[in-house]
Amino acid sequence: MEGQTVSAAINLTMIAKALAIGVGSIAPALAIGKIGTKAMESIGRNPEAAGKILAPMLLSAAFAEAVAIYVLVVAFTIS
Amino acid sequence: MAENNSNQIQHETTIFAEPIFHIGNFTITNALLNTWLAVIILVIFLIAASKKIRKIPRGVQNVFEFLLESALNFADSITGSRKKSVKLLPICLTLFLFILVNNYLGLMPFVGSIGFVESTHGGSFFIPMFRGGTADLNTTLALALISFVAIHISGALTVGVWNYFNRFINIKAFLEIPNKFSKNKNVALVNPIKSFVSIIEIVGEAAKVASLSLRLFGNIFAGEILLVSMMSIFAFFVPIPFMFLEIIVGLVQALVFSILVLVFMSMATSAEEH
Repeated sequence: MEGQTVSAAINLTMIAKALAIGVGSIAPALAIGKIGTKAMESIGRNPEAAGKILAPMLLSAAFAEAVAIYVLVVAFTIS
Repeated sequence: MAENNSNQIQHETTIFAEPIFHIGNFTITNALLNTWLAVIILVIFLIAASKKIRKIPRGVQNVFEFLLESALNFADSITGSRKKSVKLLPICLTLFLFILVNNYLGLMPFVGSIGFVESTHGGSFFIPMFRGGTADLNTTLALALISFVAIHISGALTVGVWNYFNRFINIKAFLEIPNKFSKNKNVALVNPIKSFVSIIEIVGEAAKVASLSLRLFGNIFAGEILLVSMMSIFAFFVPIPFMFLEIIVGLVQALVFSILVLVFMSMATSAEEH
């Protein structure tokens, strides 16, 4: 009963979607930034290893980004 | 969605692929048509490329040998031995090519624009004939399940079914208690715990399937929605950087999927050390 009056005043669905994707993409963005930082540092220290560092860095970045993608899918399924 | 007078044709992006026609009870959706198209393209291309194979390569054969060699070298760095790479690489390379062609087909001009209008009681909707194959959760879930089955079968075949089963429900540890009790009294306490810890691995397996499928689906589907939104802002120059982004994302996601399957397979087929 309360839920109906609340949703008559505010559109909770839109707020839920925006909040989900807004809060949920903070941590993955920070994580990818940290991965990139460490990769850049190690390339700067050893420029020849740039090719070897690239593949594991991309893999770790894809893992970290996957969490943001889960949040996005949840935001899409909130009707 | 909002009601509309039936004069206007609505374009909707839905998470679920729209059905085009039915064969008996089986629904053919537009994403399914796209995956068939990808298979046809791959089969024609690869048959044409393997028509004449000479001992000393020339032309197109050079390119393919180079690609195969670099793929094998990369797989060596993950599995550790060339013999294992040759055994595990076919599935991973097939997955990579299939996902890559499907991702790029979603960016082609005729996908999403050629279709027909279907009128239901809610209004008339435009249904495209083709839609990116991997932008449908069914495709990615099927690929993840196939990889799951392949990983476990390859692990069971390499290590032996009893050994492999004991990685998840560790009955061997239970059975060894009477044998080792005389040598080491700790065994009575530690081994039951070892048996139950392995059960948590089963949850990890389900998480692997979910993460593989959702990662690919989310990236490609979100890319499609992004492109549609950009094109609805201004259709001419604004989408160009986003098309570049989508090309890169398609390649990276195909790569990540196949590398992950390779890593899981090599972990499953390696001998267990404690």
